[in-house]
Order: sequence, then structure tokens, then C-alpha cells
Amino acid sequence: MAERRKGNAGKNPGKGAAEPAPVPGRLAVRKTYKLYLGGAFPRSESGRSYPVTSAKGDHLANASLASRKDAREAVVAARKAFGGWSARTAYNRGQILYRVAEVLEGRREQFAAQAVAAQGLSREAASRVVSAAVDRWVYYAGWTDKVAQVLGGANPVSGPYYNHSAPEPTGVVAVFAPQDAPLLGLTSVVAPVIATGNTAVVVTSEHAPLAAVDLAEVLATSDLPGGVVNLLTGRAGELGPHLAAHADVNALDLTGAGDLATGFEETAATTLTRVVRPGPESGGGEDAWLDPDPGTSRMTPFLETKTVWHPIGV
Amino acid sequence: MSHTATAPEATTNRALRAFLHGLPGVDEVGARARAQDLATRSIKTTAKAQAIDLAISMVDLTTLEGADTPGKVRALCAKAALPDPADRTVPRVGAVCVYPDMVATAVGALRGTGVGVASVATAFPAGRAPLEVKLADTRRAVADGAAEIDMVIDRGAFLSGDYLKVHDEITAVKEACGPAHLKVILETGELVTYDNVRRASHLAIRAGADFIKTSTGKVAPAATPPVVLVMLEAVRDHHAATGARVGVKPAGGIRTTKDAIRQLVLVNEIAGPAWLNPDLFRIGASSLLNDLLMQRTRLTTGTYPGPDYYTQD
Amino acid sequence: MIFEYAPAPESRSVVTLRETYDLFVDGEFRPAEGGEYLTTLNPADETKLAQVAVAGEADVDRAVAAARRAHETVWSRMSGAERGKYLFRVARIIQERSRELAVLESMDNGKPIKETRDVDLPLVAAHFFYYAGWADKLRHAGLGPDPRPLGVAAQVIPWNFPLLMLAWKIAPALATGNTVVLKPAETTPLTALVFAEICQEADLPPGVVNILTGAGETGRALVEHPGTDKVAFTGSTEVGRRIARSVAGTGKRLTLELGGKGANIVYDDAAIDQAVEGIVSGIFFNQGHVCCAGSRLLVQESIAEELLPRLRDRVAKLRLGDPLDKNTDIGAINSAAQLERIRELTDSGAEEGVERWSPPCDLPSTGYWFAPTLLTGVSQAHRVAREEIFGPVLSVLTFRTPEEAVAKANNTPYGLSAGVWTEKGSRMLWTAERLRAGVIWSNTFNKFDPTSPFGGYKESGYGREGGRHGLEAYLG
Repeated sequence: MAERRKGNAGKNPGKGAAEPAPVPGRLAVRKTYKLYLGGAFPRSESGRSYPVTSAKGDHLANASLASRKDAREAVVAARKAFGGWSARTAYNRGQILYRVAEVLEGRREQFAAQAVAAQGLSREAASRVVSAAVDRWVYYAGWTDKVAQVLGGANPVSGPYYNHSAPEPTGVVAVFAPQDAPLLGLTSVVAPVIATGNTAVVVTSEHAPLAAVDLAEVLATSDLPGGVVNLLTGRAGELGPHLAAHADVNALDLTGAGDLATGFEETAATTLTRVVRPGPESGGGEDAWLDPDPGTSRMTPFLETKTVWHPIGV
Repeated sequence: MSHTATAPEATTNRALRAFLHGLPGVDEVGARARAQDLATRSIKTTAKAQAIDLAISMVDLTTLEGADTPGKVRALCAKAALPDPADRTVPRVGAVCVYPDMVATAVGALRGTGVGVASVATAFPAGRAPLEVKLADTRRAVADGAAEIDMVIDRGAFLSGDYLKVHDEITAVKEACGPAHLKVILETGELVTYDNVRRASHLAIRAGADFIKTSTGKVAPAATPPVVLVMLEAVRDHHAATGARVGVKPAGGIRTTKDAIRQLVLVNEIAGPAWLNPDLFRIGASSLLNDLLMQRTRLTTGTYPGPDYYTQD
Repeated sequence: MIFEYAPAPESRSVVTLRETYDLFVDGEFRPAEGGEYLTTLNPADETKLAQVAVAGEADVDRAVAAARRAHETVWSRMSGAERGKYLFRVARIIQERSRELAVLESMDNGKPIKETRDVDLPLVAAHFFYYAGWADKLRHAGLGPDPRPLGVAAQVIPWNFPLLMLAWKIAPALATGNTVVLKPAETTPLTALVFAEICQEADLPPGVVNILTGAGETGRALVEHPGTDKVAFTGSTEVGRRIARSVAGTGKRLTLELGGKGANIVYDDAAIDQAVEGIVSGIFFNQGHVCCAGSRLLVQESIAEELLPRLRDRVAKLRLGDPLDKNTDIGAINSAAQLERIRELTDSGAEEGVERWSPPCDLPSTGYWFAPTLLTGVSQAHRVAREEIFGPVLSVLTFRTPEEAVAKANNTPYGLSAGVWTEKGSRMLWTAERLRAGVIWSNTFNKFDPTSPFGGYKESGYGREGGRHGLEAYLG
């Protein structure tokens, strides 16, 4: 396949990032890294895959190379999940996000090993990143039932009306996850999107997608309904134009879109899709995402304000 | 129109309740806003002149005081027949409205003028008397020559949900009226909500009222524009459902020409022009008449007159 | 008897029209570099009101430079309290000159004096009062401990509420320490130019507010000018898309308030008389030139037969005519072009088999007029159910269940407003929760307030104007 880069394939086979240390006499079972769509783990409908290498250039695994059609399916799955997810009580969404943190905590070692292998982080740095990622889920789990109180409220209109504004999720958000922060960066952009009741179609880091697929396994076992988060491993440049133009996508987070961001923003203008441009974290690796209190800034772009009026009378 | 179709045949409290509570609700804020909007209608020049004469012809010139005397009533009657002695083009008022014991006096004073006598009855204003007393009150007033009877409903019965009692009292008084027209006073200030005003309007109409009237004048608020609006909607809807027209009489708090013209605008835009005549719309008032006369003079002469030029009765 | 209302015209003598109006840049009125003028008409009789300068690129350059200078040297350095006092002063002058502004607005726009006097102008003053008070309290707005102004805002506003839209743009921008270059609509520039005089009267520092008149090209030059930090636009979705594309990758912040096709849902237990009023104000307020108009009536089938005759009776009582007559309910259509669009879309409904009704209504022989119109037998597939007509034309559809009502209401690329009429509280909240629109009026319609955030979902735009939320668009 054209996507399969020559040279690295086959080098150091069997050193998959999160693979357990080999037991003498036993052949390790490797993981097939697939997409995460509508709660299932399919391969790309295109049948394509691409090799993922470690920071040192060693082959780690083959990842599915998502296609335009996969992106379309992901949007369908996200839309289908939106009604139910946004209608969950905020408390329930918080419970589920906290469950994600619990399950992730239980798999610390796997994610840390992955970070060491894929990003070349020290054990210590990897541990710090995984801890921050777990804490990030806890952080947004706590936000689910507070954000409406912080952002909404009663408006004292000049007349006999009760008037109230509350934030509501915008709908389906296409997230271009940071290229250089495959776990904490990914968590930091996905958690606020779903904490607020949106559903997400995520284009993962192209060269370091494995943490995302591992995270999908966490999400799939944390009572998160299928379709709330859909993960596409592959190329932003290939998937992005379709997602940006897709009329059923309500918002784009272009954090990981790099130089493609402006073009995507232009395309998104056609359907007035909400856009978050790449921010100051871009290019800073996982460390750029360590701030333990990112506030509401990654939630507000994906929230609409609904204002309801009603007369007050007898 | 399903909501306003004629009420069920069997008159039981249950049936009345089902009918009245099946009427569409009234949103207080919306009703007020509509009345407020119509209050901004600007009635000028020829329209104003026309409206003033119409309003004069609709006035039920009223005295309902404990201190009323035959002399006071006769003076009022003289005013009713000839509101402005200096200008004989002024129309006479709709009626003179007095207590039952003054009916004979008023009838005598108005003989030959074409102005009728209306009498409050049924233990006005509270209505707190046994039915036989109310009926006797009514019969006596009619016997003394009252052409119109203004009765009060039993608000206590209405508020406690005993619609049948309210209904049957109206029916009985209507029968006691004989040929006299019956105006049913809802005392909207005690009913409080517009939903109640709507229900009481339909209840009175169903029981045989020729007119529905807002207030006794003894309770505030009285004939506020939104209350009149809701009552006009009731007679409009009754007409749409049955083809029959019931009159409306606001009373209490209408003191100025501006107030009166606002009432006429409500009539025009809610019930429709058919109600713009004294057979279907009256205004219960006392001091209003002089203000109408002053504004009339102002329009015809271009100068503002003073109150001393109009008889105080 | 027939109770005819005699004409009750508001006096035009409170307005002194100049023959020509120039651009307001850096605190002074000056001609456009190109020397070009356009004519603004009274749409009620097609008479010429005034000549108004057409700003070109050089004028945009000058205005943006003036705004930048004012931002850097004066406005962003001034304490919030002092900025607020300027805005309070502006609000007071607007109140003092409100009758003049109301009459001028009715003349230039065609909307009834009843509305400019009782709705537009009170809201304009209230908006300045509201944001004046925010100027020294921005730390408490929940937007961070030290929110900063963005800089220079390019603002383009429509013709349907000329002065009110100006207030919605300028008041929050100035309160937050930004300076502005604002372009009023081609057909309704006059009240913005009187507002410029008010800025002078208030001794507002030169360059804080700049008003550039002109048509689409002027607007394009302004929103595409590289020297601004923020673009705020209210207008058509089509132009909104173009603007969104043009600011892509620039770093400019953008808020858009665009079109709508609002659904007004009437359940069978509604307070029917107030619902009729709400339907009428929902679509006939301001001749239906309202982005948040309730232009799709969704009435529950079980009361459609009762409601529609009442609605027709009510519409027949609307008084169409001279916008300056105090008894006029429906004024003139703002322009020949808009009248043509309304006609074309309404005719398309007739061609698609929709039933069309208007009350007997004498339209004046000059000026741009369109009788209030009800379209019945409309389905979601018809153009008149999908496209924004922006005129006094109501499309009537029916539904059977609450689920169907919500599904139909949301079945549009727009998401600005919606109405719900029911006497049942839980059903109201259920419906409001499911409607994908920024403003839900329940048991009322077309109410506005400076404290109440306004703005759309989906293709009705993004960002909110009004209230605490409205500050966010102008702070970084």
C-alpha cells in the first residue's frame, strides 16, 4: 500500500508500546489497532492501514488509516448518540466521566509504557502525563453539573417575565487532536466536548495514534454510550476537508490541524460551523497541557446559549 | 368553535364546571399587553368628536350612595336628559342608575325624556342576602318602573366552585325581571384572575344575562381595560358560537374622556363595531359625563372650558 | 356604527434633515475620498430623504486608523468608570432626543412610529444604560480576572432595526474598551448619523466611534480590512458565510447574527387569545422584517379550525399605512428589492399549491407595500416553509403530537428563535428544552431586553448579544 512507509516495517517487531514483557517460551498476543466508531472497533472500511513507529523510529504497530467514508460513518454515529447523551442528566455524565478516570487509573502502566515508547518520554515524564490525563477526566467529570450554573442564570428583564439563559451542547464536534500530545492533549480536547453533552468525531494524532485507540478501550468500558466519542486514526489532511464541509458537524476544534486550520475554517464557513482555532498549546507537546485548571475555555466554544422567556402572572 | 360552543344541556354543577374549566385560559401578561397596546390608539379630531357623543349616549349616569336623596336623584335625572343645557345637540345618556328605593323617583323625573331607569338590586353591592330577598328587591324595582336591573353575582359561591348556585340565582333574577333587561355584575375585583373573569362571563351569559357588567364601583380594581377586554372576548366568542349578542358594561374608575375612548377602542377592536351602540355597551359612571362634555366643548370651540361651566349633580 | 380612526400623524417637525450626510471619522464629519453619494428614500412614499456619502477603501483605512489611535491613546487607557460615564451620557442624550430619532427611523425605514417610539428607542437607550454599568465591573463578568478589550471592532448592521442594531453593537464594544467602525445599512443610514452627532454632543473622544455609510462594497472593505481585531455582523446568512470565510486564519474574532425561520408552536391548551396576539406580533411586528420572526406557525391539528378564523379576524384588524400615523400597525416594506423578494417567495408558495389569504387592504399607491398574508396548507417541503421571507407572510403548518411539533420546528438549518404556547408548565419546559434555537419565547413572542442574551444556533450565527454573555464577544 502506498501508505505503508518502506524501511521501518519489520524493524524491531514485537515491541508494541503497551505489550507486556515477553515471557520465555510464549509468543505475545499483539493488539490490532482499529478505529472506534459508534461504540465498536471496526477496521477502516477502506481496508487501509499505516505503520506507527516509536519516537526512535521503531515499528510499533499498524494503525487503521481512516477514510472519508469512515469519517462520514463517524458523524452519523455521533449524531445518533447526541440526542441521548445530551439528554442525560449532567450528574450522570459526570458519573461516566469519573468512571473513565477510574478505568484509566487502572491502566496507568499500559499508558505510561505507551508514552515512553511512542513519544520517547522518560518514565517519570510519562507517569506525569498519565496522571494528568486521569486528573483531567476527574476535572471535567466535576464540571458537568456546574457549567450551566457558571455560564447561565436568570436575566433581570424589564417586565413581567421570567427570563433564563442556559448553555446547551452545540451538537457534533469534529476534533483535530494535538499531533504532539497524544494522550493528555487528546484527553484535554475530548473531555470538555463530551462533558458538556456534545458528541465527538476525533481525528487523532497521525503519527502517535495508539494512545487514542487504547483510550477508546477505556471509554468503551466506562459506560460511555457508543457514538459519544468516535476516534479516527489517520490523516487530518485527508479527513479534515470532509469533516469541515460536513453539514451535520456543528463545530470544529482545529487544535491539531496545524497549517490546515485556515483552510478548514474557510470550508466550515459554508455551514457556519463553530470553529476553535489552534491555541497557544500547539507545538508544546504533552507538557503544554499540564495546567490542572484549564477553566471553561474549552467548553464555551461548544455551548450554545438558550434563553427562555415566560410571562409571570396569575 | 369548540371552546365556546353552547354549554351542555343538563345544568349540573359538574357540567358547568366542565364547561367553564374547558374554556381556554387567559395569560395575564398577554391580556394586559394587548390592552396596553390598544390604549396607544390615538383618536383625534372627527373620530374623537364621534367617540365623545357615542360615549355620552352610553353612560349609565349613576348615583349609588347611602346619602342619596330624592333631590339628588331628580337633579341627576335632569342632567341625564339634558347633559348640557347650553348645547342641545348633546345626546342624552343611556340610562340613570340608582338604588331600588329611588327607582320611583327617577322614573317620575325621567318621564317623557326617553331615558330609562336602571336599578341595582339583589342586595347590592355585597349580594349577601337570601335569594327570596334578592328576588323581592328585583321585583319591586321592576314594579316601580326600572327598565334595567343590575344584579350582583354571589362571588363567594363562584370562588368556592358552586357555579350552579351562581347560575340558578341569575336565572331566578332574570325571571323576576320580566320585561326588564338584566345586567349581571361580576365584581371582577373580587374574582381577581382573568381566568375567573372569563368563566364568570360565560356563566352569566349562559344563565341569561343581557349584559355582563364588571363592577359595583365599590371594589377596586374595577373596570380596568384588561378586564373589559376579557369580557368583550367572551361576548364575541358567544356571538361566534350562537349568533346572539350580549352587552358589556364597564363600571367603576372610568372618569375621563381618555378612559372612555379607550373603552370604545377596546369594543371596536375586540368585540367589533356591532357593539358600538348603547344597546350593547354602557359605561357606568358619574363624574365621567362632565369630562366628556368639557372635551366636547373643547373640540367644537377650540378652547378649554372650566368645570364651573358644567352642572355638578 | 363604524368607528373610523382619523389620521393621527406624528409631527415630522422634530426632525431636521440635511441635504447631504458625510462620513463620521475621528470625531468629524467629512466627505468620502471618492466623493460619491447614495440616496436614501422614504419607503412609504419613495421620496428622497437625503444624500449619504459612500465610503471607499481609503475611507475605511482612515476610519480604522482613527479607531486604532483612539483605542491605544485614549479609550483602552481610560478607567472603566469613566468609559461607563460616557455611555451613560450617550444613553441620556438618546432619551432626550428619542422622539426625533423615532420619527427619523420611521421615515428612513418605513416601520410604524408606534414601534420606533415604544419599542426601538426605549430599547436603544436601555441597551446603552445596561452596558454603561458593565464598564467598570468587567472583572466580575466571569470572563477571567483581567479581561482585556480586543482593540478595533468592525461592525456591520442591517436595515430592519437600524438604531437598535447599532446599540447592540456599539454599547458592549465601547463598554469593554474597544473602539468601533460601524457601517449602517445602505437603505437606513440616517439614525446612525444622528447617533454620530450624539457622540459629538457627549464629547466622546474622537475615533472611538466611526460611522461609515455605503453599500455592500463598503461593508466588504470594512470586514476584510486587516487592521481590525473583531468583526460583528448582523444580516443575511449568505453574507455571514462570506464574512466567516474572509476572517478564517486572520486571528480576528467573529460574531454573526443571521437569518431565521422561527417556529411558533401552538398547543391545543394554549391561552388562545394571547396565542393569536403572539402569532400576530411574531410575524407582523416590523412588517416581518425580523430575523427572529415566528414565520412558521405550527398549530396542533385539534385546534387549527378554531384558531385560524380567529387569526384571520385579528389580522383583518391590522391597520396598514402611513408609518408616521400613530395608529398604524404595519408600515412600509423597507426597499423595492426587499418587496420583490417577498413577492417572489410568496408567489412561489402559490405556485406550489399553498393557499394564500390576505385581508381586504388598500395599499398606498406610492411606496413599497405588502399586505399581511397567511399561507395555509403549507408543508415542510415548500419553499415558504424553509426560506426566510423577511416580510409579513406567515406559513401555517399543523402537527399532531409534541414530538412532531419539535421535529418540525427543528427541521431547518436555522436556529434563532421559537415560540411555545401552552398553559401546561411541564409541556412548555419539555418543548423549550428540545427546541434548537437561541431564544425561546413561551406564551409570548418578540420580546427583547438588554439583559437577555440573543443569538442563534446552527446557521443563524454564533455569539450572543445582550446580557453578560454579550461581553464575551468583545473581551480577550
